[in-house]
Amino acid sequence: MSNIKVFIIDRDGITHEVDAPTDMNMNLMEVVRAYDIAPEGTIGVCGGMAMCASCQCYIESDHDLPELSDDEDAMLAEALYVEDNSRLGCQIHMVPELDGLKVTLAPES
Amino acid sequence: MIKTDILIIGAGPTGLFTVFEAGLLKLKCHLIDALPQPGGQCSEIYPKKPIYDIPAFPEVLAGDLVDNLMKQIAPFQPGFTLGERAQTIEKQDDDTFIVTTNKGTQHQAPVVAIAGGLGSFEPRKPLIENIVAYEDRGVAYIIRDPEIYRDKKVVIAGGGDSALDWSIFLSDVAREVTLVHRRNEFRGALDSVEKVQELKNRGKIKLITPAEITKLSGDKKLESVTIVRGEEQINLEVDHFIPLFGLAPKLGPIADWGLEIEKNAIKVNNSLDYQTNIPGIYAIGDVNTYPGKLKLILCGFHEATLMCQSAYQRIFPDKRYVMKYTTVGGVTGFDGSKKEAPKAVIKAIE
Repeated sequence: MSNIKVFIIDRDGITHEVDAPTDMNMNLMEVVRAYDIAPEGTIGVCGGMAMCASCQCYIESDHDLPELSDDEDAMLAEALYVEDNSRLGCQIHMVPELDGLKVTLAPES
Repeated sequence: MIKTDILIIGAGPTGLFTVFEAGLLKLKCHLIDALPQPGGQCSEIYPKKPIYDIPAFPEVLAGDLVDNLMKQIAPFQPGFTLGERAQTIEKQDDDTFIVTTNKGTQHQAPVVAIAGGLGSFEPRKPLIENIVAYEDRGVAYIIRDPEIYRDKKVVIAGGGDSALDWSIFLSDVAREVTLVHRRNEFRGALDSVEKVQELKNRGKIKLITPAEITKLSGDKKLESVTIVRGEEQINLEVDHFIPLFGLAPKLGPIADWGLEIEKNAIKVNNSLDYQTNIPGIYAIGDVNTYPGKLKLILCGFHEATLMCQSAYQRIFPDKRYVMKYTTVGGVTGFDGSKKEAPKAVIKAIE
């Protein structure tokens, strides 16, 4: 089993340093839910299909992230509170290269 | 007043399957849903996505699952109140409940089953400062009656199917239709995108992209919108502004019904019958929580089945009943239909 460290700033501005497994096919939205960092029902509403934007987050570190898929890009085009560093947590998979990733959760919409 | 045996709040897969299990017990059901069509999330968010964990279906599209459930429950003639949100619940002296929707439709039943998923779907409102002040004065998030837009100037914002479809529809009704989207690209059915392109070429739809509406103005009602495209600022005289940015589920009024809520879900007694802290009100499917809860359609089906047995006992406390397999008892609909296994052929061999 291998873990990476991820820093997640919740919607109240509190930073959570959590261990995320890289061998469980988990994405960032699921890590947030696994650690109860955002209330159930306010994140991952569509289950992780890039169809609701409830897991939108802002990337604060300079990690090399996979490019936006067309689905994610289109969803962000319709979401609220979108910034240049916005991504959907459900589309960011936990891989060893993302050790030290730092993100802020976007407001609930 | 609509009267029924089990009043189901939420017409998603769990709510729909409840009708079947209740029907086997000769209990009638009526469903309320805020969306205009049955199916809940399956119809609203991902009708074209395959689901792989419905037992005995290696793969089924969410929309097809809903269609099949509607076929399965048809013999039990469920009633529907669609496009209305369950707003209040009042317990009566005779132990029944009256549930009233936001449009005032009243329903009475001895058992209420909340199968509300993540809540009722409410439109997402764009972040424009004074938008609330113009609601029903030119701003609407849902199109209820397209006729009110006849010969008016309408601005639609959004980049998905509903923005495209309504732009196409209203281009024949309104005097002027302007579609504003943050990107040049639209996410919608290909033929809708192509149709909007054609209507734009013919001057029937004005397209402003990549742009955003930043300000609404008007004295007593909406009179103009400010659109920002790059450095450019466009003021457009309009009668109506329709932002279509999708729907997000909110637990809503159910949260104020006196039910025990934990983590945005309703606590139930799962070792018994999925009843809430108020006897006669059950919560099944994604809307409930208990130790070990999983939000899966298949778990919702199981919960609905057990809940109906308990509901039967509540409605008929003196009757004894033993669960019957459909292979033995068949399925007898309220519509007079009967499905049952063919009789075995008994014939001697000479």
